[in-house]
Amino acid sequence: MNRFLRGSAVTILIVGVLLPILSQVIWSFAGSWFFPALWPQQWGVKAWRYLLSPSSQVGVALWNSALLACTVVGLAVIIGLPAARVLGLHHFRGKQWVTWLITAPLFVPTLVVIMGIHILFIRYNLADTFMGVVLVHLIPALPYFILVMSSVFANYATEFEETARTLGADPLRTFWYITLPTIFPGLTVAMLFTFLVSWSQYITTVLIGGGRVVSLPMILFPFISATSHANAAAVSLVFIFPAILILILTSRTLGASSDAMGSIGRV
Amino acid sequence: MTTVQLNALSKQFHALEAVKQLDLEVASGELVALLGPSGCGKTTTMRMIAGLLTPTSGDILFGGRSVLAVPPERRGAVMVFQKHLLFPHMNVADNVGFGLKMRGIPKTELDRRVSAMLDLVQLPGFEGRRADSLSGGQQQRVALARALIIEPQVLLLDEPLANLDANLRLEMRRLIRNLQQTLGITMIFVTHDQEEAVMLADRVALMVGGVLHQYDEPRAFYERPQSTTVARFFRNENFLAGVKRGNGVQTEFGRLEVQQSNGLADGPVLLTIRPEHIQLAPTDSMADANNELPAIVDAVTYMGGYLQLQMKVGKYAWTVHAPANTKAQTGDQLTIHLPPAYLWLIADDK
Repeated sequence: MNRFLRGSAVTILIVGVLLPILSQVIWSFAGSWFFPALWPQQWGVKAWRYLLSPSSQVGVALWNSALLACTVVGLAVIIGLPAARVLGLHHFRGKQWVTWLITAPLFVPTLVVIMGIHILFIRYNLADTFMGVVLVHLIPALPYFILVMSSVFANYATEFEETARTLGADPLRTFWYITLPTIFPGLTVAMLFTFLVSWSQYITTVLIGGGRVVSLPMILFPFISATSHANAAAVSLVFIFPAILILILTSRTLGASSDAMGSIGRV
Repeated sequence: MTTVQLNALSKQFHALEAVKQLDLEVASGELVALLGPSGCGKTTTMRMIAGLLTPTSGDILFGGRSVLAVPPERRGAVMVFQKHLLFPHMNVADNVGFGLKMRGIPKTELDRRVSAMLDLVQLPGFEGRRADSLSGGQQQRVALARALIIEPQVLLLDEPLANLDANLRLEMRRLIRNLQQTLGITMIFVTHDQEEAVMLADRVALMVGGVLHQYDEPRAFYERPQSTTVARFFRNENFLAGVKRGNGVQTEFGRLEVQQSNGLADGPVLLTIRPEHIQLAPTDSMADANNELPAIVDAVTYMGGYLQLQMKVGKYAWTVHAPANTKAQTGDQLTIHLPPAYLWLIADDK
């Protein structure tokens, strides 16, 4: 039974994740590939050459996307960590409402929210700016971060921190030596989620960024509707590369602490 | 090492008054137990002493000086919790050395002192072991070492023996006592188990519902309880109302002679006597007997070393511990003898 389950999981993983990526790799090197051929009739690196040329803007967009995602993660940690701690550790009147308000962005269509927020952002000179895009990315990203972290804190023992305090650690060092190592696996997962949410934002970046802040999805999407399949494939490979890289880099942390992953669904 | 003094200490959580006007003095180098049922405010009191909770009112003094404004990291009151003892992401040496590291002690001296401390708690060579590879008793000893290494003013222990089995409890008790006496450290520990309090502490403070009921040497809780609550907590439910007149108490069963008055004036009192001090008298001795009461056996339980008899004494339900070879059955009518030396008077608090 166990072996069957594992086998199925591996199969689903290959069919669902690796095969599409493989087809993208093939597409990106295809010179011409027309129906009904099962294999490209011609190979070429035209798509990759285009990608690396300055006119494609891929380099700038890659940098922008990374900077956006990292800033969003940083802000999510600063805003979300205290919120998650309170939600995970304490019970107070109206906690359900607060939780609901925090998760609401996951249920309300982003487009609706953006329409309303756009006017506000224009008034406060946030439209068409980097910070504006960061703030709008936080709307869908923060709920993920807080949900994951509050479940981490729900299984968290404050006694460790209290012991450290009485042993002579001030609040800052208690956080550094005790809190941070304890929540680290969960924090990695939460930051990963947050990064990927920001990384894959399209509509919000387009509307609030107003075309001034160019992120990778904004380069990618026009290619998909255009005819150049090879270019689209090349850009999408660049697009998913960081995600896979992060996943591989963090897989050790995630594997070592299965409870960090397992507790996500608990809150 | 210091004296600890609590002055009218109170803590309120919203509507709940967890600790009410607590006055307590712990001498330097004394080992005091805060005893009480769960939710009586004893752990709240410990957290306030450690500085982890701010009192609603009242004062805490170490060596005569108020420490209310001193944050926990500089107060010198180390707390050892019952659960979540060791930092799980550190090995034994890092756990024990944590306090010294926070004080900026150089690595070589730190290592030396950690080793010395591990010797003291009888865990030599455990430096590199992972925290979660230790047994419960070993973890407790490492936690003690981690606390003692910084030479705290006061050591606060939360249920130090609760998670240990019978053999380990005895061993741990001896270790705590020894350490406390060799280092002369002031210790306060919290427990809900009256035996643990009695066997470990110099003095016991019994708290119920956030209120200190009696602060005394262990023996006094058995021999000289000051209220029915105290007597009940130490498993004495034998009470009998009467009116004290001189050396005797007039009860519904006649006059009973007493030897100790507990400083009470003549008037309504409650008589009490511990189950193990009641004697069963021969049934035919009713005539002309002193301090004897008729009793009916309700239930008999064999307790190993003795028989526990649930008895009806008039309208009162009493417990009597009789020798294991006593022949008694439910429904038997017996006479019980109350030796005057063991009768104790409590103010009628109703």
